[in-house]
Amino acid sequence: MKISFYLNGKDTCVDVPADRKLVSVLREDLELTGTKEGCGAGECGACTILVDGHVRLSCLMTAAQAQGRRITTIEGLAENGKVHPVQEAFIENGAVQCGFCTPGMVLAAVDLLDRNPDPTREQIREGLSGNLCRCSGYVKIVDAVEAAAGKIGRGKSR
Amino acid sequence: MREVILPGSIEELWRCLDDKPQASVYAGGTDLLVKMYNGLFDPEALICLDRIEELKEVGEQGGSIRIGACATHSGLLEDPLVRKRLPALWKAIGGIGSPPVRNMGTIGGNICTASPAGDTLPPLYAMKAEVELLSREGSRRVPIPEFITGPGATCLKRAEILSAVWVKKPEGYNLHHFEKVGLRSALACSVVSMAALLRLRPEGIVEKAALAWGSVAPTVFRCPEAEEALAGKPLCAESLSKAAELVRDGVSPISDLRADADYRRAVAGNLLLRLVDIADEGKGR
Repeated sequence: MKISFYLNGKDTCVDVPADRKLVSVLREDLELTGTKEGCGAGECGACTILVDGHVRLSCLMTAAQAQGRRITTIEGLAENGKVHPVQEAFIENGAVQCGFCTPGMVLAAVDLLDRNPDPTREQIREGLSGNLCRCSGYVKIVDAVEAAAGKIGRGKSR
Repeated sequence: MREVILPGSIEELWRCLDDKPQASVYAGGTDLLVKMYNGLFDPEALICLDRIEELKEVGEQGGSIRIGACATHSGLLEDPLVRKRLPALWKAIGGIGSPPVRNMGTIGGNICTASPAGDTLPPLYAMKAEVELLSREGSRRVPIPEFITGPGATCLKRAEILSAVWVKKPEGYNLHHFEKVGLRSALACSVVSMAALLRLRPEGIVEKAALAWGSVAPTVFRCPEAEEALAGKPLCAESLSKAAELVRDGVSPISDLRADADYRRAVAGNLLLRLVDIADEGKGR
């Protein structure tokens, strides 16, 4: 089945089985391996992508469901060679250890800050509650999201 | 290859079902696709309701609120009608899965999955909700306890969909409570859950109670004995302890990887004891 969607700012068309897991389309057919597949059951958040700006799990979507949607993966966040403020804050705060949860974690944070530009730490924890990290204990991740909120806020007031 | 069809309207859906009568219908996919991709389920074709806008509407009609089956949990959390008029349901929805799961999963899916642990179910039972079932021939309304016939089983017929859930605005209740006990606070399947609606007189006497539990029986557990035992009594540890005993006698929980039956039985009663504090804090009003 031919499926067209807007992926990371570009019109994209793939010819894949309609019931193929969207995460496999992204990773294997389009070679965008930033998106990870962890549990395959909606319980870890590693496969998080943005669909029309909101977090969704690409392991629980059929390829057909991507038709006509605007999809953002971790590869699509940087603009003009410059990483997104959330990515920058993750680097600066040492919020990455093994890195497997990071793409999903970053996208969940981008969606959260879009809806709530100045979240409390509790709201950050809630916003990222669908993304499991087995290394970090989450403290530096929450620090990074707090720092990113500051960066984005300062960017806007400039 | 298995076809996936995304009809854009209900009219188109009927045509798809004519073409593929054996197809499985899904909305968010947070339950059905887990089973399919893990090889536990092999449907001939899939029909996804995601693009049918008319199934996502929420509105007031007379004394009732009609919630379209394909309204996502996130959408309902942001809906002022649900938040203000159906606070127990609103609280239950807020604890489902995680943000991405709530962006995908729908209330209709939660009902049709008919899990004993489905979090929207206890408040819907307590509020005597009815489901609207739609087919090409017309629609019928069925009280939710009749719709769900067992764990994972409903009376939905072939070529019929759950199109909406109707909830009467629970007038007169001034305490609306939902609590879920899971193994963690996000991404957790309920070990025990309880919805409670109480009409309390200013002096603290319970005039009326509507109670429902999840995860302690094959389907949602109601306990009219406990509701009667509370009526006319002050909301206090003594009256709630008596009612809690009736609840523990009535439940029929199973032991599984999350908890054993004795724990579920104890907690089902304990959740009721908490209502004193809930009323004191004025929370849930």
